Amino acid sequence: MEYMRLNKKNMAVFIEELGRTCEVWGPVKEGEQVKYAPVSNATDMALDGFKNSTMSPKEIFFPQSEKMLSFRREGEDANIYRDEQAQPTKKAIFGIRPCDARAFRILDMIFKNDQFTDNYWFSKRDATTLVGLGCTEPCSTCFCTSVNSHPFDEKGLDVLVSDLGEHYLFKALTKKGRELVAGISVMREPSDANIEAHMVLRKKAEDVMTVQFGTDKVKDKTVLELFNEDCWTGISEPCLNCSTCSYVCPTCHCFDIQDEVSKEGGERVRNWESCMTWIFTVHATGHNPRPTKKERVRQRFMHKFKYIPMKRNGEIGCVGCGRCVALCPVNIDIREVVKQMNS
Amino acid sequence: MKNPYLPYPVRIEKTVIETEDRNIKSFKLVFLNDDDCKTFDYTPGQFAQLSVTGKGEIPIGIASSPTEGDHLLFTVNKMGVVTTALHNLIEGSIMGVRGPLGNSYPFDKMKGKDVTIIGGGYAFTTLRATIVYMLDKKNRADFGKITLIYGARTPGMLLYKDTLAEWSKRDDINYNVTVDRDAPGWTGRVGFVPAVTEQVAPSSKNAIAVICGPPVMIKYTLPVMIKLGFTPEQTITSLENRMKCGIGICGRCNVGPEYVCKDGPVFSMAQLKEMPQEY
Repeated sequence: MEYMRLNKKNMAVFIEELGRTCEVWGPVKEGEQVKYAPVSNATDMALDGFKNSTMSPKEIFFPQSEKMLSFRREGEDANIYRDEQAQPTKKAIFGIRPCDARAFRILDMIFKNDQFTDNYWFSKRDATTLVGLGCTEPCSTCFCTSVNSHPFDEKGLDVLVSDLGEHYLFKALTKKGRELVAGISVMREPSDANIEAHMVLRKKAEDVMTVQFGTDKVKDKTVLELFNEDCWTGISEPCLNCSTCSYVCPTCHCFDIQDEVSKEGGERVRNWESCMTWIFTVHATGHNPRPTKKERVRQRFMHKFKYIPMKRNGEIGCVGCGRCVALCPVNIDIREVVKQMNS
Repeated sequence: MKNPYLPYPVRIEKTVIETEDRNIKSFKLVFLNDDDCKTFDYTPGQFAQLSVTGKGEIPIGIASSPTEGDHLLFTVNKMGVVTTALHNLIEGSIMGVRGPLGNSYPFDKMKGKDVTIIGGGYAFTTLRATIVYMLDKKNRADFGKITLIYGARTPGMLLYKDTLAEWSKRDDINYNVTVDRDAPGWTGRVGFVPAVTEQVAPSSKNAIAVICGPPVMIKYTLPVMIKLGFTPEQTITSLENRMKCGIGICGRCNVGPEYVCKDGPVFSMAQLKEMPQEY
C-alpha cells in the first residue's frame, strides 16, 4: 500500500474527489510565470513541460505581506492589540518540487525554536498536504544534490509522485499523505514494473544531477575563518543589493514588522525583508553593523551555509532550487560562491 | 497556542524625566490583566518589546527588578519614531509590552562570587535591575562583595538619582559614581570610567564583572579589566542590534550564528571573541 498508481486519464476524478475535502492547488500559468494557485480541474494545471514555479512557494505559508494584529483608536479596547489570525483553509498542493518541500522543512525549524512557535506559519503549514512531483529533468541552474538533497527527495513531502508517462505513481510518506491517497477511488495497485520504472527515473535524475561542489571545508572552518576570507570583496563587487535573491529564495525568511494606520485604528503587518538592504541592520543612532554590500552579501551566504547548519543539526539553509542563479541581474552564482567558501 | 507576537496591554502609571537634557524618560508600567502579570516572569538582563499603537515596537532593557513588585520600569532615550512617540504619551495612556525576551545576566554563575557592575551613560538600565535584585534582602547573601562603578558626563545626566542616593548610604555595596569633569555642587568622584575602575581596582578572584556602556567606554575599560586579572569568561556584557521579532525568527539581529534577541543580549567576552564584530 506504500505505492499507488493513478492513470493520468483519471486526473479529473482525482482533482474532483480531492476537492471534496480540501482546496486543491497546483502549478498554474500566469503570463510568463508559473505559480501555485487553486485549481478546479486538471486542465487548469500547467504540468506540460513544468519545471518549477517562478517564485518560491513559501508565500503560501509566509505571504509577502501578512496581517498579524489590529487595534482601534476608540472604545473599550482602544490601543490594545488583538490577534488577527485567520482560520486557515485546508489545502492539498499538487506538483510541489522536492527542493521546495525541503525548504518548508528547514523553515519549520526556523519558525519554531526551543521557546517560541510562529503560529502564522504553522497554522497554514499544518493545514496543508504536500503532493510533490519528483524531478526527472532538472534545470541547468539546479544543484540539489550538492546541498544534501535529491531530485526525488522525500523529506518534507506527504506524498511523492513519479511521472511514469501514462500513469503517476504515488508514494505516501506521512499519515496525511496516506489519508489523501486512500480517499481517491481511482487509485490502483501498481505493478512491479511501475515501481521499477519509478526507480529507474529516480536513478536517471540522480545521474544527471551530479554534485557540483562540496561543503565539507565550510563545515570545518570556524565562523571567523570563513568571515575573514578574502573572497567576500570580489564576490560582493557586482552585487546591486536589489534583494531579488532573497525574495525568490524558498528558505529566505527575514521579515519586517510595521504598523499601518487608518483613521479608526490600524494593523500590525509583517512584510518580507532582505539582509541585502542597508536599513535591515541600521541602528537608531545611525551606526550600521553591516555598512557596505560586502558585509551584507557575506551575511546572506554565511547564514545559509554556516550559521543555519551550526544551529540546526547540520541542515544547510539552501535547497539548490537555483532561482537566485536564474534571476540575479548581475549573474552572481551561489554555486561559485560556495566553491570559494569551500576552497 | 500562545501568540508570541501579541503584546500585553499595560497602563503608564508614572513617567519621570531622568536627565537634564530631558531626552531620557522612565516609564513605570502596570499590567491591565493580572494573568499577564503572572506570566511575565523575568530576570534582570532581559528586555521587552514596547509597542505604541500605529508607531511600532522597540526593544528596551527591563530596568526594574522582579523583587520590586508587579510593575515594570523602562528607561527610554528619545531617538527614533517609536521612542519619540513613547515620550509623548502621558500618564494613564495604554500601550503594549511583549516579553520578557532574551537571556539574562548569568546569576547562576554570579552566585557565591564578588560582582562588579560597570556602567556608563544611559546603558545603566538592566544594571540598575541587577543591583536592585542582588541587594534585595532575599538575595544579598547569595553574592560576595558588590562593587558599582557608574559614570555619566555630568551629574545631571545620571539616571535614577533617588536610587543612587539610597545605595550610597548602604554599607553592603562599594559605591563609586563618577562624572567626567568637575561640576558645581558635585562632591563625588570625577574621572572617566576606565580610570576610576583602575583606582577602585575590584579583585578578579572568584569574581564576575558586568560591563555596559558606550563603545568608547567599553573599549578603554576592557584593558583595565585584563590588567586586574579578569578573564574573558569572567567579563560579561550586553549587546544591542536592530530587532523586530525579538524571538529568534525574523533574521535581523544576528551576530554570526547567534541572535542577540534570543541567544543574547548577554554574552561573555569569551563568546564575543568567537563572533564577528557585527554589532
